[in-house]
Amino acid sequence: MVTKATVINTINNLSEVIIENSEMLNDLDRAIGDADHGINMKRGFLKVKTTMESTEINDIGHAFKTVGMTLLTSVGGASGPLYATAFLKFADQCKGNETIDLGTFENMLDAAIAGMMHRGKSDAGCKTMLDVWIPYTNTLKNENANGNTFVDALSKSMVAAHEGFEYSKTIIATKGRASYLGERSLGHGDPGAASTVLILKSLSDMFQEA
Amino acid sequence: MVGIVLVSHSPKIAKGILELITQMAPNYEQVVACGGTSEGEIGTDPAAIMTGIEQVNKGDGVVILVDIGSAIMSAEMALDLLEGDTLSNIIVADGPIVEGGLNAAVSASIGSCFEDVVAAIEDARTLSKL
Repeated sequence: MVTKATVINTINNLSEVIIENSEMLNDLDRAIGDADHGINMKRGFLKVKTTMESTEINDIGHAFKTVGMTLLTSVGGASGPLYATAFLKFADQCKGNETIDLGTFENMLDAAIAGMMHRGKSDAGCKTMLDVWIPYTNTLKNENANGNTFVDALSKSMVAAHEGFEYSKTIIATKGRASYLGERSLGHGDPGAASTVLILKSLSDMFQEA
Repeated sequence: MVGIVLVSHSPKIAKGILELITQMAPNYEQVVACGGTSEGEIGTDPAAIMTGIEQVNKGDGVVILVDIGSAIMSAEMALDLLEGDTLSNIIVADGPIVEGGLNAAVSASIGSCFEDVVAAIEDARTLSKL
């Protein structure tokens, strides 16, 4: 069981991770986009950090809602509405919760993926963040259904997430600015897929700590 | 009258189109520029778009014009967040933001209904310049 305190801790750690990796995300975006994914994400998570500090968090749903609303107003690029949607959908699934278990986490991931697919009018295989979110979630659900320990399930899910990022290098972008590049997007990993790996790693660790 | 929200990644583009509109339809004031992020940088801000919609919505509908890429996502996000409020006749219109914006303003300023303003924006898609 993950408690509210652990969730708040995780969000703060995630903010640090995104801020530390902003140059890496910029570099990926420089190859196939406009080199601002790291700048945008850093701006968003710096704001998340200060907002979390100044907000009295009532429950876990409120924590994720705070992240979503903050990203919505501060990121600026396409990743803003997409990640805002993910965190707001998370929040819907744990409104009023003081704790969350792996079952709730699966529902949160499903809701987030459905929300991002709708928001971005996208699907797996378009060289987007979904190429990481979807295999991570599918692996987690399969491993869980097969009765694997949650530690093992989460670590296999993270392997699937990394593989999803690697897979994004092998396909042509059909969404966003990278889609203008056509075949020239081949060989480059998607920046949104890379930031999703960082987010899912933090969320996986949240359960490992619990 | 139908309201207009101009959404551009660039604050200057959104303001510039607003200036053009003010010139072309001087008596029409139900239009708002939502350009850039909350810090005035290049990008779009769904919260600002939400406020913009509320500002120009006088009950006859609102058309949102967008420039590129994530401006569409931000505008649609703003509409989702407004859910529950009076959302009838508020849409992201499918037309170019400059020509479509001017068409919309002229049409709205003479009291055209929502459907006619939307049609005026869509007409601008096939506008031949030469």
